[in-house]
Amino acid sequence: MNGPFEFALALGDDALVAAQRLGEWATRAPEMEEDIALANIALDQLGAARLLLSYAGELEGAGRDEDALAFLRDDREFRNCLLVELPNGDFAMSMVKLLLLSAYQVPLYTALAGCADERLAAIGAKARKESAYHLDHSALWVKRLGDGTDESHRRAQAAVDQLWPYHHELFTADPAAPVDPATLRADFDAVVSPVLAEATLTRPATGWTPGGGRDGVHTEHLSFLLAEMQVLHRAHPGAQW
Amino acid sequence: MYGNDFAPEEDAPGGGLLGQVEAAEVALREAAARTREAAPAPGEDPAAYFADVIDADQKIEPRDWMPDAYRRTLVRQIAQHAHSEIIGMQPEGNWISRAPSLKRKAILLAKVQDEAGHGLYLYAAAETLGVSRDELVELLLDGRQKYSSIFNYPTLTWADVGAIGWLVDGAAIVNQVPLCRCSYGPYARAMIRVCKEESFHQRQGFEILHTLSHGTPAQRAMAQDALDRWWYPSLAMFGPPDGDSTHSAQSMAWKIKRFSNDELRQRFVDMCVQQAEILGLTIPDPDLRWNDERQAYDFTQPDYDELMRVIKGEGPCNRQRMEHRRRAHADGAWVREAATAYAAKQRAESQREKVAA
Repeated sequence: MNGPFEFALALGDDALVAAQRLGEWATRAPEMEEDIALANIALDQLGAARLLLSYAGELEGAGRDEDALAFLRDDREFRNCLLVELPNGDFAMSMVKLLLLSAYQVPLYTALAGCADERLAAIGAKARKESAYHLDHSALWVKRLGDGTDESHRRAQAAVDQLWPYHHELFTADPAAPVDPATLRADFDAVVSPVLAEATLTRPATGWTPGGGRDGVHTEHLSFLLAEMQVLHRAHPGAQW
Repeated sequence: MYGNDFAPEEDAPGGGLLGQVEAAEVALREAAARTREAAPAPGEDPAAYFADVIDADQKIEPRDWMPDAYRRTLVRQIAQHAHSEIIGMQPEGNWISRAPSLKRKAILLAKVQDEAGHGLYLYAAAETLGVSRDELVELLLDGRQKYSSIFNYPTLTWADVGAIGWLVDGAAIVNQVPLCRCSYGPYARAMIRVCKEESFHQRQGFEILHTLSHGTPAQRAMAQDALDRWWYPSLAMFGPPDGDSTHSAQSMAWKIKRFSNDELRQRFVDMCVQQAEILGLTIPDPDLRWNDERQAYDFTQPDYDELMRVIKGEGPCNRQRMEHRRRAHADGAWVREAATAYAAKQRAESQREKVAA
């Protein structure tokens, strides 16, 4: 990631792609209260994405605003982690994904709140409170699903098995970045391990550590996500909305 | 969002704007402050007490005696209103993933979320009448209760999101503002809150269309096309014409309903004409013109046969909307079961801890 531009872009892309996936749940949630909660979380992620991408655009100094960065880049130019672009799957998959993401975002934004860059510090201070809620919400659901019925346990364990390998990418060392992700791992483990234990879920034993998102090498899913997200904006070049 | 386009025998009151919502809120507080016996005196006829409360423009509250038919009418009306909010999330939710800017995406997500919130308050208001949300949701999923027919039309372009905000939410507000004075307290209070949020949505919809109609030629065409497709279905939201409406004088007498379908429709048309001028869009009605004598616009009626077909299930999206709702409900069953099982385990756990302590 390196400098502040790449860093803000990567974090902004994480939040934007997460918001896009969460938004897909609208009208489909397992209960009405959850429709509201998921929309809330999507809105928080989108809000953080807008702040981060706007700032990235300013740092870059090439005249790109949040919309230019969101709608006019191709998948090879996106810098989000692979975790957020994976399809929603069932509700267990989405909640385990949100648990892993928010257990990373909480210490990340907390560290950012204390960093030397004032703009990033302000964004971190705002976003960490929101991420703390996302973490509470997803942790509670992972416990309910893991320790609920046989079926919910089976689905939650399948979600952990499928998603666990993708969390490694979040902590790839980057000592030059405003916050080195490698320093966040202990906080992540301290939060996630007890949640999984209480949920009676186990981490898979696999050495597979997929990555590449920070370098713009994504899964096949991202291009489809962007095709949908960008279609209208790109169909009307230069139009205001 | 809520119209009066459920079924021919149905109709509900409506008419007005945000100032009227605020006036209704003041009236509600004043009514609550007026001294009145909180219950019938011993030996007093509960029906006479009920009639006194209605006459005095006081509110009937859940604990009060009420005629069975009053209760049934309200349950059906509030439930259908709640169902409309929940189904109404679909046509707009259709554009969340493709909203053309991040700001519009955020506004749309928040709007769809507000609608889920309105659905929840309304189900809660209905529950004060002695039914459960689960029962009402079953009635919706089984097709035994309806939702507003307007949501059986598709959102084909981004401009449709603007047209829904401007026209559909606008019609809903005209219809709902009088409900802020409904004689049933929990419904009146829910309506005050809902109307305030709806008026915000209507402004957002208007603003979407304003941006489009002042944008590129393609955007302008998109806005006009949306108005062309949504105008008559929005007029139909007020229900059949008064002559064909079997609307009960009873709902009027009970102060659930306060204006006729045609009065509300006229109010809506009069409100829209000037707004369309500001948008620079043309309402698709060659016979629309000011009538000095009536001090109102003459306009072409919507196709009520089409309304009846859509109510019967033959609109473009009836099947799609119901399938979507049923699928979400069915797909979520294992999650709801897990939450119930988990809560039961937690309760058993805390019982064991208490016993041990």
